[in-house]
Parts: sequence; C-alpha cells; structure tokens
Amino acid sequence: MEKLISKYFVTGKTFGMDEYLADGGYEAARKAFEGFDPKGLIEEVKKSNLRGLGGAGFPAGMKWSFIPQNTGKPVYLVVNADEGEPGTFKDKYILNHVPHLLIEGMIIAAYANQVHKAYVYIRGEYVGPHRTLVRAVEEAYAKGFLGKDIFGKGYALDIVVHRGAGAYICGEETGLLESLEGKKGFPRLKPPFPAVVGLFNCPTVINNVETLSYLRFILERGADWFSKLGSEKNGGMRLFSVSGHVKKPGVYELPLGIPLKDIIYDHADGIRDDRKLKAVVPGGLSAAILTPDEIEVGMDFDQLRAKKTMAGSAGVIVMDETTCMLKALLVTMRFYAHESCGQCSPCREGTSWVYRILKRISKGRGRSQDIKNLLDICSFMGGTTICALADGAAMPLRSYPEKFKEEFEHHIQNGKCDSPDCPIAEDLVTA
Amino acid sequence: MPKITIDGKEIEVPKGTRVIEAAKQLDTHVPYYCYHPGLSIAGNCRMCLVEVEKIPKLQIACHMEAQDGMVVHTNTEKVLKTRQHVLEFLLLNHPLDCPVCDQAGECWLQDYYMKHGLYDSRLNEDKIKKPKAVPVGPTVMLDAERCILCSRCVRFTDEISKTSELGIINRGAHGEISVFPGKELNNPYSGNVVDICPVGALTDRDFRFKIRVWYLKSKDTLCNGCARGCNIQVQYNTDRPHHGKGERVKRLKPRYNENVNKWWMCDEGRYGYKYHDHNRIETPLRRIGGKVEEPAWDEILRDLAQKIQNARNKIAVFLSPQLSNEELFLAQQIFKDSLQAKHVVLVSPNPPGFEDDILIRADKNPNSRGAEAFGYKEENIKSAAAVRDCEAGAVEGVVVFGQDLFEHLSHMNIRAAFEKVSWSAFIGSNHSVTSEWAEMVLPAATYIEKEGTFTNFEGRTQKFNQVLEPLGESKPEWKILIELAKALGIHLHFDRTEEIFDEMVLKIPYFKGLTYEKVASEGGHELPQMAAPTIPDLEQAEGLL
Repeated sequence: MEKLISKYFVTGKTFGMDEYLADGGYEAARKAFEGFDPKGLIEEVKKSNLRGLGGAGFPAGMKWSFIPQNTGKPVYLVVNADEGEPGTFKDKYILNHVPHLLIEGMIIAAYANQVHKAYVYIRGEYVGPHRTLVRAVEEAYAKGFLGKDIFGKGYALDIVVHRGAGAYICGEETGLLESLEGKKGFPRLKPPFPAVVGLFNCPTVINNVETLSYLRFILERGADWFSKLGSEKNGGMRLFSVSGHVKKPGVYELPLGIPLKDIIYDHADGIRDDRKLKAVVPGGLSAAILTPDEIEVGMDFDQLRAKKTMAGSAGVIVMDETTCMLKALLVTMRFYAHESCGQCSPCREGTSWVYRILKRISKGRGRSQDIKNLLDICSFMGGTTICALADGAAMPLRSYPEKFKEEFEHHIQNGKCDSPDCPIAEDLVTA
Repeated sequence: MPKITIDGKEIEVPKGTRVIEAAKQLDTHVPYYCYHPGLSIAGNCRMCLVEVEKIPKLQIACHMEAQDGMVVHTNTEKVLKTRQHVLEFLLLNHPLDCPVCDQAGECWLQDYYMKHGLYDSRLNEDKIKKPKAVPVGPTVMLDAERCILCSRCVRFTDEISKTSELGIINRGAHGEISVFPGKELNNPYSGNVVDICPVGALTDRDFRFKIRVWYLKSKDTLCNGCARGCNIQVQYNTDRPHHGKGERVKRLKPRYNENVNKWWMCDEGRYGYKYHDHNRIETPLRRIGGKVEEPAWDEILRDLAQKIQNARNKIAVFLSPQLSNEELFLAQQIFKDSLQAKHVVLVSPNPPGFEDDILIRADKNPNSRGAEAFGYKEENIKSAAAVRDCEAGAVEGVVVFGQDLFEHLSHMNIRAAFEKVSWSAFIGSNHSVTSEWAEMVLPAATYIEKEGTFTNFEGRTQKFNQVLEPLGESKPEWKILIELAKALGIHLHFDRTEEIFDEMVLKIPYFKGLTYEKVASEGGHELPQMAAPTIPDLEQAEGLL
C-alpha cells in the first residue's frame, strides 16, 4: 500500500528543508496560490472528503466554509499539536520526521481561509518535536515561504509556535484557545463556535497536525484521487497509532475503513507471544473498547460510531488475554480524574468518584452495588457538560463493566483475578 | 420577538433572552448555582439543564437563547433525574457541616436538596479534604470544602470590581478558589462575593457566627453612605438580644435596583452600620455649670424654644445633607420662613472621599442633591459667614444638626468662634466632640430608625424606610422639628412624613409630580441633564465572556 505521510517516517531522520524540497516539497503550496482562489481551494478540500483527524472527524472543508470573511477582524489558524489522547502518537512522528509537511499544510489552509497569523499549540512534553518544528519554521522563513511576501505572491503569513504545559484539556479546542490566550484551560461554552468567535474573539480555524499534513497530497494529486482512498465520506488515509500487546507497535498509515482485524494481525503482526486477543481500544483512550468478536469493523468514523465506539484519534490499544480489565479501567479512569478541568460539576465530581470506587474495588473492598453505581454515574456524567471530556470518560467506563461483567463481578467477590497483573501494584492505587 | 413555550406556557420575549429568564417570567423556577444575571455566563454547575424539543442532549437554560418556536420542558423525568444527580455530584465531597456553617438557612445546596435531593448517599469513599476557614481578605472567609466551584466570585472580581484577585487553582476535583499569590481580596466591593456565593464557601467575617440567619428579620431601605443611594436591606434581630451584645443590626445586604446599584453595594456602605447600635445618645441632655442633667423631652424643647425666641433672629442653624428632604423642608419652614434666622447653612459632616465609576461617590452624604433643591449650597465652614458672625459676637445661639463640627473640622478654630455664642443645641444620634460641648443635646434617631426621602447624585428621589424603633428616647429629626415648632408657637399640621412630603411636592418645584408611592417603589425623577449612571451594565458584562 502506498505511503503518503509515513514514507518520511525514517527512524532517526528528520527531513530538513533541502531534502523536503528535493522531494517536491512546497510545490503544493505554490500550486494553491497559482491554481486556486480561496473559495475554490475550500471546495477542493471539501471534495476530498478529508475529515478532521484530531478525533472528532468533522469534514475539514466544511469547517473552513463556516469561517466568516470580511468581519473586519483577522482570521486565525490554530494548529492543535497538543496530542494528549492516550494511545496516540502520530503527530509526534510528523513533527519529528517531517515538520515541513505541516508547515506546507498550514500555508495552504491559511490561504484558503485568508489567514495571516497562525499558531501551533504544541504539547509541552514534546520537547524534541518542538525543537524540530521551530527549526523548520525558521528554515521556511529563510526561504521566504513564511513572512511578509510568501512565494513572492504578496501574501503574508506568520507562524507562532506555542508550548502547552501538560494539560489534556488544553487539547480540547476551546480549552486550547483559552490556554493560548494565557488563561486557565477551561473549555468554552458553545455557541459561539471558534469559527465565529475563536482566538482573541476572532474567527478561528482549528485543525489537527495530521489533517493539515494531508493537504499537500490532495493538492498534488487532486481531491478525487484522495477521496477514493478511503471509504464512503471518509476520504483518504490516516495514521493509526498501534500500541499495547502487539508484536509490532508503531504508526501505520492506512486507508480509512480498513478492518481493525487487519491492523492488528496483518500490519502489527498479531498479538505478542501469539496469545489470544482480549480487548481493543480502537480510537484513543476515550473510545469504548471492542471485544475480539467485534474486530471485523471498518476503521472509519461512521462504521465505528455504529458500533457505539469511535474512530477518535486512531490510537489503537491492544490488550491480550493476560490483561486485568479492572486494572485497565482503573488506569483509564485515573487519567480522567486527573485531567478533568473541574469546571462542570458532573465531570469534576464524577471522574474523581469513579476512580475512587475502582481504587476501592482493586484493594479488595468492592461492594455488590458498585457496578450498578458506576454505570449510573456514567449515564449522568456523559452528555451533561460543557466539553466532551466527561463523554470521553463515560464511554470506556460503560464499555468495560458491560463487556466484561463477569470479570468485574469476580473482582468484587474475590478481591482479585487470575491475571498476572492483578492484584494491582500499590503505586497505581496511591496516585 | 421570539415566542417560546415552557412547560406548556407560551411567552414572547425579547431576542437574546436566555431560557432561564424567560422561565422566570412565567414563574417557572429552573434551579441554578453558577448563573447570575449580573455576571457573564459560566454554565458550569449544570443545575439548570432542561429538555428542549428537537435537541437530543439536555441544554443549560442559562446559556440557551430563546428561539422562536422553541419548546422547553423543565420538569420531565429526565430533567428531574439529571438534576438529582447533579446535586449528588455537587454534594459528593461537601463536608455537610451545616450545623457550624453560617450559610445554613440561606444555602442553595440545602434549599435545592430539600426539593431535588437523592436522600441516600451512595458514596463509600473518603471525601476530599480542602482548606477551611481561610481568610482571603479582611472581610471574607473561604471554606474550600463547601465550595461548588460555580466561579461566581471569580467572575465578580473580573467583571464587576475589575480587580481580579480570585481564580480557580488546581484541576478536577482538587479545584479550589484561591487568591492569586501576593494578593488578598481587598477591593471596595469584596463583600458582594459573599452575597453571590450560593453556598457556605465564602462567608462574611463581620457576620460570621453572630446569629443564625433564620433569626434575622429584614427590611428594605437605602444606604446613606454616599450620594449613590444604593438600595439595601437591613437585617436585624431584636428578639434575641443575647446574640451580639444587644446589637440590633446584624448586617446590610444590597437589594436589586436596575437604575441605581443593580445587585451590588460597596464595603464602605456594607460595614458602615455599627453606629446605629454604638455610642448613641439615648436621652436629652443639658449641661449647666459642668453638670449634666437628663431633662424630659418637653422640658428641653421648651427650654430651646425659649432660647430661640429670646435670640430673635440672631441664631445660626447648621443643617446637613444627611437630613432627609422632609427634614430639610421643615427646617426651612421653621428657621427660614417663620423665624427668619440670620444663618441657615448647609455644612457637610464628611469630607469628600474615594470615588469610582462603579458605585462609590466622592460625596459621602445621601442627600446633597435634595438640599440643592431647597437652594442650599454646601458651604465651606472655613469661610462661612455664620462662623464669622459667631466669632464677632453677632450670633446668640447655634443649632447643629447631626454633625460633629469640631471633629470633622478640627483643623479650624471653630471652637473659639462657637465659644462666643451664649447657647448651643445639638440634635443628633451619636456622641461626638460637638455633642459633648453643646449645652442642650436632643437625641435623634439614626436614619434606619425613621423614614423619609433622599435625592441621589443623579437627582433620583428615593424613599428610605424605618427599620427599627428609635433607640432609647431618641426621635427622628422630623418629629423633633415638629415638636420644636409647636413649642415655638409655629403651627405645622403634620403627623407623618408622607404629609410633609406631599406639602413639599407642592411647594418645592424640583419635587413637582412625585408621589410618596412612586418614590417608595422605584424612585422618582432623574435630572435630565445628568449623565447616565456609570455602573456596569448587564449586557456589557455579558459581552466580556
């Protein structure tokens, strides 16, 4: 299968400006200026069926078409490089190996939306990728691809790279905007949506690193070609981050809609030590888990939604038969309790409560009503808050005890299970 | 205008009206914590979730704008159940220390839990511990365990006082309200955060543990602390004198008035109530040769009337902009029109002070504009002809209303001038250098012990109400004036302030057209030439979001 972005993922190598140019780099951005007006460019991206690859899967071209022009205010482009969804590490690969691909995508997106100032909000822990990106931005300025008069077309574009400080919630787009404005990362009430009132109260396009990185290929080979790569309404390829109990974990670039089974068994070469599969998280930690009998599903936004889970950030976490599901859920819920911004009551209290219940069960002090309570808390935590963090916690929280009911009941009755991971290590419980 | 249906009732509301406000107009109460009409929308408490037809998820009524044709249900099973669980979340880590919490009795957690509570805790874990009884400033105490993180106080300091001392630190269930490092909550409006805190997280250090709120009685009146005339409530207790050493007034609270003070009041006004119960003159006093007597009212009035008559018009009367319009009117009738006193002057007892563009006015008197309507211009005591005449021996007696001329004007050699007059009378409520000096002291009620009207700096005349009975033998100045007139043989046929007001409306052009009823409910007149009030307006505050 042809690789687009991932052909640059050469271990230990970063494609600098010269190598990137030698490989036809920045020609697509130039073509955008020469071959399209901004409206036409948006149409082209719409036609490609490129979806937002940060996790929500919103059609990228459609998102751009919501940006009001001529409001008298500047339009900003914000790149979400916060990549905080556990199990997801594809943007890091792009930033590490081929940062110019992102910059080229940003130039194309900026022109389409008439943006003259763009921000990259990069995850604080990404020290290396940040360094690589900043160097690439400097190279692009030096070449005249950024600055006052890019490609000599009289178009100005500046890029500011801003580092986050380690909060998951700052990857939520409005939490990100608050953080970028220097405030605490509290997601905003919507409406108004960022497209209308975004960064510094101005219309703002927010896109994920990977989404923008595909723009070069759409421009090079056309929207029709790209849309045909994936399944219906799910254009193109995407980068699957595969981790967990597989033989070959890593980032795999595959067309949308590919069966989950193929990813695990063909591309990641199956389960370690040829054990049996127990469960898979298909789209980042916030997605509901799937059991072995569900892995025929096609990995696109629509098919996964039909399975009551989500494509999300395409972070595939594979668990084999030795996994203690209580431990897996405990670790999952510890994350949400730690990362809830604390703004909305149901999420603030719910995530922390759920974690504390699981902690108690893991110490062998489970109670018979615990599972019922967990599911009940789950149903009042999801769908009642400002942002989707609580939903992201509720989705796995529901799926684990529902799909592994016996195992959870066994835990409550016996205090532990037969997994070598169980009983749970004390350091997990004290966090 | 969009027409919206809430629980089967239809209402037409202006565009942009939030569902929660539209519901209020239909007398449908949607419970809430973080929403406040005077602050931006935070939408974090999730208490006001309602069902909107054609929208799958529940929506928060505080943020949702009423749209034409929208059908809202506030009482479906789904809504009630969610509300119950939001309360469960809110109380999850709450310490339930109601027996020692000052907020008990006026706590929204208690109120809503009675109505929507789950009544059966499902929490088997330890509660999260947070700091308690943390002084965040001179007037406010924080209990972080009771806090539901609604952020009203944070938004208040950001949007209304514009001082931004408060923020939320930490994340998730460890979130806490806190003052920023090196700061304290010490702005001229700090006390308001206690009013808007729906739970017992922020309590008033001045009020804490004074009395249980259910023993309080409350009456509406005005603040007399400056020329704004903020609408307030005086909350008091007279049945349980053992609470607070017999002090009657326990606290003041702002009362909503769209045109004057919105929801707020300043700390200067809020904590400026102590004089009602302290250092009061409770009986008439007379000083003869170093001895102090306590004569009866009719005796001292007869005595004063006699002295005034003997002095013919050689008296100087010092009025104050602390007096009500009715009292100024009576004083004018008696001293100017009937007695033709040589000097009837208006002197401010308070020097001009701090002013801002929120509420606080530099003029610390409630009725300077009213006094202007009677033709008084505040005089500078330094240059007042009345004082010069005293010094020159051309004045036989002085009558001082309320103010402490010697203390406030101590930099002047007023005393020397006043020592030259042969008698002096002081009509006022509290002991002061002037009251200690005056030969005759007539105890007056404080303004919360009487009723009348003040005209604020914009020219708006508002009624203030009697909250308490005058302390001891003290009487309102208007009553003293009527009785003094009687002793002087001047016929005034008034028994109530309303009668004085009606007469005043007829005689003083400025008040033309006002009725006692109107000034009591909404305040009357606003001088057209006055600039619009500069208090922050709701829309602007909301726009800050």
